[in-house]
Amino acid sequence: MDLSREEEKLLESDNPAVAKCMEILVALGEIFGADRLIPIVSAHISGISYENIGEEGLEWLKSLKAKVKVKTTVNPAGMDSERWREMGIDEDFARKQTEVLKALVDLGAELTLTCTPYYVYKPNFGDHLAWAESSAVVYANSVLGAMTNRESGISALASAIIGKTPRYGLHVKENRAPTVLVKVKEDLNPSALGVVLGRELDGIPIFEFGRKLRDHELKQLGASLASTGNVAIFHVIGQTPEWRDFEIPKEKLEVDEADVRDECDPDLIALGCPHLSSEEIMEVLRFVERRGRPKISVWIFTSRHVYEEMKEVVEKLERCGIKVFRDTCMVVSPATEKFECVMVDSGKALTYLPKLRGVKAMFGTTEECLRRAFE
Amino acid sequence: MRIKGRVISKGVAEGVAIVSRKKFSFLGDVDVETGIVIAEDSDILGESIADKVFVFPTGRGSTVGTYVLLRMKKKGTAPKAIINVETEPIIAVGAIIAGIPLMDKLEVNPLETIKSGDIVRVNALEGWVEVHGDRKD
Repeated sequence: MDLSREEEKLLESDNPAVAKCMEILVALGEIFGADRLIPIVSAHISGISYENIGEEGLEWLKSLKAKVKVKTTVNPAGMDSERWREMGIDEDFARKQTEVLKALVDLGAELTLTCTPYYVYKPNFGDHLAWAESSAVVYANSVLGAMTNRESGISALASAIIGKTPRYGLHVKENRAPTVLVKVKEDLNPSALGVVLGRELDGIPIFEFGRKLRDHELKQLGASLASTGNVAIFHVIGQTPEWRDFEIPKEKLEVDEADVRDECDPDLIALGCPHLSSEEIMEVLRFVERRGRPKISVWIFTSRHVYEEMKEVVEKLERCGIKVFRDTCMVVSPATEKFECVMVDSGKALTYLPKLRGVKAMFGTTEECLRRAFE
Repeated sequence: MRIKGRVISKGVAEGVAIVSRKKFSFLGDVDVETGIVIAEDSDILGESIADKVFVFPTGRGSTVGTYVLLRMKKKGTAPKAIINVETEPIIAVGAIIAGIPLMDKLEVNPLETIKSGDIVRVNALEGWVEVHGDRKD
């Protein structure tokens, strides 16, 4: 990889944090065959929950005495920063999590604490980004036409501090071309479809649906695909911004079912993986209003940005007996562990809850999940 | 014998080699407390990688493993240096943040050139490895 004289100098920087971050970017560039570093518009860092990074991750973050060079957003933490007691989070965890957040603020990151940073600020078509969080990566590439590889929390942070990323993979237009046409024959749930397809797909899909998908459906499809597969971009004929830029691939796949049902007896209904948009929160309210109290706990997760925007709606939901948490989600918070079976409308949560939180998970559409709560 | 290679994580180290022909994950294949390999299917099962120059083909498995090398380094159970045939991002970033020298893509296949017990010098500043055949074991 070719480095400019200034970039070479950063490798020898007096600031060990800068030198390390540069070393990481150069190593990744070498491994992936990048030709050079390119400037990025923003970075999004994952690995924020103390539950996931532990003491070593916290110490590493604290050891970095540097400031980010670009707009830097961060993934959800292990708890709602204000209502953590209500979630059943203990004092020790809260203290450690608060230390992680402080380290991030010291680095100059914005405590967006969401997996949907694109609802806080929307990157432009063609922007180069260094985003971690697989569901946000796939949304940014596919729905917005921004360009990012699937970064790890550490490589995204290194890019934030340097303001650059190695140019390879999805930063290069021709690598974004679809390799398999996926014809979806029935009106399948996008979350379920993503889970099933992610397991068997190899390459970049371009979908042909019988109807236009809504924004949250594209979000769910991408999140699910990325949870069971290595997918970082997809296209949809007639809908996503780059679908016309490439030839339709000859390889074809037809899908007419996506069965992910696995029954258990839910003691928690959890929505908001990825974090809910304001539109989705409105839909939850429309469903639950005038139905009385839910018989099963219902937790929904969103960003503090959307939460503030939707304060009145959130208050109404709380009056209906629905808990609305910010800054965290069912997948990264240890709070979910005290339940037996969690019902979700998210393919990503369905994939990760058993693996990361050791609880059973079952799938239903958003409406099925909410209906179950009031049965 | 001096062999050139690609520097991934900078640093210099010298130690006794431990060579495995299997892909390796620091998350699950090794006991972090002792540095002893616990992966049942490993060809170095029961042996320690602590303070050794650890030679193996490449990494495998979960991205959650990045901080494990840092944890091992703090506990004193990490390898002194790593030589891969061709490395991958999880091992690479893990080695960089833990400050463990890592080289790959040597001129010759390290799995054939280096034997467990050899004394190996890794100069991951200048980009070379020296193998001294006098076995210690």
